[in-house]
Formats: sequence, C-alpha cells, structure tokens
Amino acid sequence: MTSDPGLYDANPLAPPLRWPGGKTCAVWVAPNLEYYELDPPAHPRRKSWTKPHPDVVGYSHRDHANRIGHWRMAEAMSRHGFPGSVSLSVALCDHIPEVVADGVARGWEFFSHGIYNTRYAYDMDEAQERAIIEDSIATVQSATGQRIRGWLAPALTHTVRTMDLIAEYGLDYTCDLYHDDRPGRVKTAGGDLISMPYSLEVNDHYGFFIYNMSPRDYADALIRQYDRLAREGEASGAVMCIPLHSYLIGQPHRIGPFERVLEHIAADGRAWITTAGAIADAYREQAA
Amino acid sequence: MSLDPAYLEYPQRRHGMDHGLYPWSNIANRPPIAWPGGKRVAVAIVISCEFFPLTPSDTPFRAPGHMQTAFPDYRHFTARDYGSRLGVPRLVEALARVGAHASFAMNSAWAARFPDLARQIAAAGHEIIAHSTDMNGTIATGLPEADERALIAASLAGLETVTGVRPTGWLSIARSQSWNTPKLLAAAGLGYCCDWVNDELPYRMTTAAGPIINLPLNHELSDRQIIATCQQSADSYAEQLRDAHDWLDGEVTVGGGRLLPIHLTPYISALPYRIDAIEGLLGWLAAQPGVWFARGDEVVAASGV
Repeated sequence: MTSDPGLYDANPLAPPLRWPGGKTCAVWVAPNLEYYELDPPAHPRRKSWTKPHPDVVGYSHRDHANRIGHWRMAEAMSRHGFPGSVSLSVALCDHIPEVVADGVARGWEFFSHGIYNTRYAYDMDEAQERAIIEDSIATVQSATGQRIRGWLAPALTHTVRTMDLIAEYGLDYTCDLYHDDRPGRVKTAGGDLISMPYSLEVNDHYGFFIYNMSPRDYADALIRQYDRLAREGEASGAVMCIPLHSYLIGQPHRIGPFERVLEHIAADGRAWITTAGAIADAYREQAA
Repeated sequence: MSLDPAYLEYPQRRHGMDHGLYPWSNIANRPPIAWPGGKRVAVAIVISCEFFPLTPSDTPFRAPGHMQTAFPDYRHFTARDYGSRLGVPRLVEALARVGAHASFAMNSAWAARFPDLARQIAAAGHEIIAHSTDMNGTIATGLPEADERALIAASLAGLETVTGVRPTGWLSIARSQSWNTPKLLAAAGLGYCCDWVNDELPYRMTTAAGPIINLPLNHELSDRQIIATCQQSADSYAEQLRDAHDWLDGEVTVGGGRLLPIHLTPYISALPYRIDAIEGLLGWLAAQPGVWFARGDEVVAASGV
C-alpha cells in the first residue's frame, strides 16, 4: 500500500510570493454550480442520496441553487467586485444553460467539477476517466467559449491517475489538495500542474453542516480567515478561497451576513480580488 | 477494475430538469406576486402536531424525533406528548397574541388523541394540513402504492372526522415522498403539498392525476434544523429568521411579494426556556408593516399559480 500519494514535497523550499500591487492575500471565490440527478445510477462505493430515490429534501435543497440561490449569491458578489471561478458540473450546461450564461455574462472563469455531482470517479478505468475529462473540456468550450484550466474532482472523488491525466490534457491547476495556503507544483508524469488552494474548512458546506455554524458565525470565520492570511501574506503572498454552494449561502438568512464578509474584504485594501486562473499565472511567473 | 460502462451514460442529460414533475423556473423571471393589502412578506407558520406511537415502525423509515431507547421508551413518548399537551397551547396563545393565523400540520391520530384541542385550533381560524396518520406513517419508495393511497385517505378522513374540515394541504413526515406521492396526493383531491424545498414561492407540479401545487416549507428555516440539528440557541434562531425577513423584504420592490416559511415543532420551540424567544420573534414580525401572517392555503390562493 502507498503511504504517501507522492504529489508534492512534504518540506518544500518555497521562495516568497508577491501579488500584484503589493497585495498580501489573493482572494478567489469558487461558486460550485452543480447539477444533482434525482435518480442517478448506483456507484458501488458511494451512495448519491441517503434515502431511497427520490430523496426529496436532498435533491430539492440543491435545486434551490438553480431557481433562486445562484442569482442571490452572484449579485452579492458582483456588487462588491468579486468574480467567480466556477466549479461546474458540466451537465448544467445542458440542463440549465441560463445559470452558466449568467456566469459568462459576469466574466466568470469556469473549471470542471465533473459531469454531475451524483457521478463519482472512484474505480473508473483510464478510458472512462479520459472520457469525463474530454467531455468536460468540450462541454465547457461549447457553452462558454472557455478552455477549462482547472479541476475539482466530482464530489471530490479521484483515482490515482487523475492528476497525471488532467496535466496531460493541459489543465493548469487542481483544487483537490489542501496541504497549503499557497499554490505549489504537483508531481505528475507530464505536463505542469499546480495545486490551487481551495478550502474545505471555510467551505460553506463545512461551515453550515460539519461545524453547524449560524450564518453570522460563518461570516465571522471567513473574516478571521481573511484577516490572518492577509497578515501572514506580508511575508509571502497567501491565497484565500471562499468555496460556495448557492443553495446554502443563497438562503435568505445567510446571504446578508455573507455580504458583510465581501464588504469587509473589499474595503480592507490588502486583498487581491481575482480568479484562480490569474493566481495560477502570477504563481507561474514567479516560480520557475 | 472499472465501472459498468452504463455509469458514463446520461439518458436524462438534456435541456430542463432530469424528471417531469416540474419545469425549471428562475424566480426572477416570474410575474411579481402582489399579496393582499399590499403586504410585502407572507409569513407562513406551520406547526407540527405529531403523535409518536410507543412502538416505532422502521417501515419504510423511522420518523425524526421517534422513540430511541429499548421498549418502552417513556422518556421520548412523554417528552413528545409534553409538546402536544403544553407546547401546542403555548403556541396557539402566542399566535392569538399577535393576531396571526397559522397552519397546523396534524397527524390524524393526534387529532383523535386531542380532539378538543384540534377543534379549538380549527375554530380559531387556523388551517389544518394533513400530516399522515401518526409518526409511523412515513412514506418512501418501497411503500406499496395501495398502502400509500390508504394512508393518505386515512389521514384525511381522520382529520375531517374530528375537525369537520377536509384538509387541502399535505406535509409528508420528514418531507419524504415516494415516486407515487405527488400523483396520489393530487388524486386524493389535495390542492398542495409542502415537501419540496427548492423554491421560495408556490409553484405547480404535474402528475398523472392532475396538477398539485408545492408550497416550499424551507427546512433550513425550521426549528428542527437550526435548534435541534445545528444546536443553535432559540435566540440565534429568532435572529436568523429576522435576518431572513429583512433580506426577503429587500427583494420585494424589484421581485414582488416574498414568502418566509417558519416550521415549528412544539417539543422543540415551545419549551419554557425557548418560547419567550419565539414569542419575541412573532411580536417583532407583527410590528413589521409589510408582514402578512398567512395560512398555507391563503398563500397558495394569493400566489395565483
């Protein structure tokens, strides 16, 4: 058995990073624009829903995103100048292209989060995994005109080949590694892949359903996360990602406290408010 | 090792939803709703009146809040009965104090156990929503269709027998449905159900037995979710609902009338140490000039869907 995935150096020699304009913390917002199936096929290693299908609350809670939550979240982001770098269930381009088009109109960047968030990559053979990568590239290109640069595995399900394959297809970054507050190179068979700090700990899903935070407590956690990283970023530019699901953050009791987080970061002066792709570019310019 | 090739086939991948129950709809593209009297935010309070038999059933699943210890579980039976006997009257009184009408989602066995209270609730102008027979009356795929049809019929008949009124609304236990539920509810003559939480306004579903409205009773704004599951205080719960109200009120001018559903459970919210926070919330809402306390059936009727 392998004890270490071998994807990065445990103790790297990392020269300090500098962000444009002397900013100390690069802040990127990652809305997960997802589609969950009501009656997906069974995967031998993970159930999509806890209840027999139809899991009405599980499904309809997530469907709130595509009827209401998305616009509430997106408009709050736009009001304060935060672009989205979208973790996209690419089948959303087929089911509800209106949501994807809204992101395009706002100038957002898109990367793949698999086909559906109810289809898992565990146990895929190489051809199957290539098929979902190629599907992602083609579907997003057709819907948005963008070539995807990043990958967040569908429902965070991987194989040991995933990193090599996405690097081979020319993707720039993975959002699946949580070992650092700064980007770093990922060891792959070929290509040039970097790890882009995403976050589970300040993900709205963790905030609300792992840590059971109130909306105001979650907002406070985001502000503390930002304030600390902006301070540490004086020595070497840090990255803060705010991963969101609009069926959570776009609920009426949560969006107000969240908007105050965006106000705080936008007014602070130390934040480089940007996209994952721009952070990857800035990292590559500095880390040969 | 590889997955079945069918796992990478997507037969429902197409424009629109992956099922035929309702079409996709962006709330921003719908005609704005005008609530009666020029009100801005309809506050729909739904209070669950649940009877938990001492012997729980796990078919098709055990209801949230049901018995937990080995038989006989006196602690949970009596604590739930406390909610019915003392909690429900506290909530009825709190509603009367602010002049609010609400919807009581009632097991038919609850009405049979507390007939005077059930009739008093109906007589006070509140709505009775059918909420199955008792807390063993859960629904999920696997429940035979004939059994589910009979369960819905027994619930409606039992509630009508006690209160004299046949409900037009339905709430499933834990909002859990089978593939057959919307069709069976429509066939039983029900006008609306409260189970799907994907929207913030009523919308129309299509079934083989005709249409049924879904009135979304947001579980995220329920006392069960916030107080019992997420372990937050009653004061925090009240604050979160005030925040929700304020946000929704801010959307009205552009988007039209909004809906704030508040789902309360007597054995959670109507305890002596929590009820003051709930009363404070109701008083605060009553003081908002744009608030319309409305029963579920009134919200459905006024929404025009």
